[in-house]
Amino acid sequence: MTAVAPLSSSGPAPSGAAPGGEQDPDAAVTDSGGGRARRGLTPYWLLLPAGLWLAVFFVAPLFYQASTSVQSGSLEEGFRVTWQFSNYTDALGTYGTHFVRSFGYAAVATALCLLIGYPLAYMIAVRAGRWRNLLLVLVIAPFFTSFLIRTLAWKTILSDGGPVVSVLSSLHILDVTSWLGLTGGERVLATPLAVVCGLTYNFLPFMILPLYSSLERIDTSLLEAARDLYAKPATTFRKVTFPLSLPGVVAGTLLTFIPASGDYINAQLLGSPNEQMVGNAIQKQFLNVLDYPTAAAMSFILMALILIMVSVYMRKAGTEELV
Amino acid sequence: MSTTVHASARSGSGARGPASPVRWLRRNAVVLVGCAALAYLLVPNLVVLLFSFNKPAGRFNYAWRTFSTDAWTDPCGVADMCGSLGLSLQIAVLATLIATAFGTFAAFALARYRFRGKSTTNALIFLPMAMPEVVMGASLGTLFLNTRVQFGFVTILIAHVMFCLSFVVVAVKARVMSMDPRLEEAARDLYAGPFQTFWRVTLPLAAPGIAAGAMLSFALSFDDFIITQFNAGPSTVTFPMFVWGAAQRGVPVQVNVIGSAMFVLALAIVLGGQLAANRRKKS
Repeated sequence: MTAVAPLSSSGPAPSGAAPGGEQDPDAAVTDSGGGRARRGLTPYWLLLPAGLWLAVFFVAPLFYQASTSVQSGSLEEGFRVTWQFSNYTDALGTYGTHFVRSFGYAAVATALCLLIGYPLAYMIAVRAGRWRNLLLVLVIAPFFTSFLIRTLAWKTILSDGGPVVSVLSSLHILDVTSWLGLTGGERVLATPLAVVCGLTYNFLPFMILPLYSSLERIDTSLLEAARDLYAKPATTFRKVTFPLSLPGVVAGTLLTFIPASGDYINAQLLGSPNEQMVGNAIQKQFLNVLDYPTAAAMSFILMALILIMVSVYMRKAGTEELV
Repeated sequence: MSTTVHASARSGSGARGPASPVRWLRRNAVVLVGCAALAYLLVPNLVVLLFSFNKPAGRFNYAWRTFSTDAWTDPCGVADMCGSLGLSLQIAVLATLIATAFGTFAAFALARYRFRGKSTTNALIFLPMAMPEVVMGASLGTLFLNTRVQFGFVTILIAHVMFCLSFVVVAVKARVMSMDPRLEEAARDLYAGPFQTFWRVTLPLAAPGIAAGAMLSFALSFDDFIITQFNAGPSTVTFPMFVWGAAQRGVPVQVNVIGSAMFVLALAIVLGGQLAANRRKKS
C-alpha cells in the first residue's frame, strides 16, 4: 500500500480522486462502456481465485483461531472445544503488561516516526527539486537488505561503550532517559529505548511514503495564496499544508502503529526479557510451549484491540478511503 | 512544480532582509532534519556493509576487529546459508507469480465492474494489510495444525501468496482506475476485438501497476519472517529464518556479505534505471 502510492501517482492520476472518488470513475466506465453490458458473471470469475485464496487462508484461519481460543486440553490428549473463556482472562492476567508495553512502545515509535518522517517527506516533496527521485530511492533503499540483518546492525551501533552510547552519555542524555525509566545505567542495548529505536527505524519508511504522496499532491497555488494573504510560514503550514497532508498522516500512523504493536523482532533482538511485547508471548506460546489455546486467545485479543483502535481513530480522523 | 516553489521561496525570503545564520538555520531546518532522518535510515545499511569486511573474534559479528575480505571470497562458506537463500528465492518467485496473476484479475474486477458484494470484497482485500503479522501467522498456523497439513514449502508458499495478494490488488487497481477509458473505446471504434483491445491497449497501460505489484510481492515475500516462522517446517529454513537462528547462535560474517551484496546490487539497478530514464527524457 505504501510503496505503491508514489509509483501509481506518477501516472495521469485523476486529481478529483477525493473521498468517494471510487464510485465516480466506476460510473463513468459503466456508462461509457460502448453499449457493452458490463454485468453478468465476469467480475465474479475474475475475483474467484484471489477471493477463494483469502477466504480459505485468511478468513477461515480466524475462525479456527476463535475456536482454538476456547479449547482446553493438553498436547498429549489433544485439545477440545470446551468453551473455556478463562483462556482469555488468564492470558490477560498473565500477559497484561505485555499488551500495555506493546501498545505503549508502538505509540511512542509511531509518534517518533511522524516527528522524524514529516520533515523528510516535506523536504522530498517540496524542497528536493530534481533530487526528488534519488531521495525517494534512498528512502526505500534500506529495504534492499533483509530487515533482520539491519536490526542486528543496531546491536553494533548501540553497543556498550560504542560511539553512540558515549556521545549520549557525555551529553547527559542517558541520565535523562534513565530518569524516565527508558534506559538503565550506561547502556542502551537491552533497554526500552533500544526497542523503541528499533521499531521507529524499521517502520519509518511506512510513515514517509504515504506522507510524501499526500504532500506531493498539494496544489502549490494554495501555498502561494496563503503567502499573498500575508500568512507567516508557520501559519501557512498549520492552516494549509498540514490539514491537506492529513490523509498521509492517517495512513502513515496506521501503517506504523499496526505492525509495530504486533512486532516481536525488535524486542527479541534489541531488548531484554523485561521488554518483551505481546508478539513475543504469542510466538513463545505457539512455537515453544505449544499452548495453542493461550496463543490463540492472545492473538484474538490483539486483533480485536487493534481493530477497535483503528476504527475509532479513522472515525476521528474522518478519512474513510485509505486504499 | 517543485522548482517554482523553490524559486518563489527564495525570492520571498530574500525580500525579507539580509541572510543571517539564524535565519538560514530557520529556513533550512526542514532540510537539516530531513537529512538527519535519511542518515538514521541509511546508517544501519552502511554498518552492515562495513562489517562484511570484519574478522570478528568470536561467533558474533558485533564488534570491529580487523579488516578482511575472507567472507566476500567465500560467501557460501557457512553451512545451510546459501541453501536457505535459494529456498527464499524459489518461494518469492512462485509467490510473486501466483499473487500477481490472481491479484491482477481481482483488481480488474474491482476497478472495472459494479457487482453485488463489492464493498465486502474491498474489505476482504483491505483487512490483511490492517492486521499484525503475528495474528495472520498464528491463525494460519492454527488452520494447518487443525487440518493436519504438513508444514513445509507448500504452507510457506500459501502464506506468502495470502499476504502478497492485497498489495498487488491495491497497486494494480490504482493504476487501472487512473487509465483513460477513452483509449479502449478508441480501440473498439477502430474495430479491435475484445481480445485485441485487451492485449494491445489495456494490458500495456496497466503494466506499470502490475510491475509495481510484482516487485512489492517479491520484496515482501523474500524478506518475510514473522508469518513464515509460524508456517514453516523443520527442514524449510528461509533466509530470514536462517538469520534469526544465527542471531541466537552466532552471526557469521557471510550474512553481512549477502545483505550488502543485495543492497549494492539493487541500488545499482534502480539508480541505473533512473539515469537511463533521465537520459531518455532529455534526448
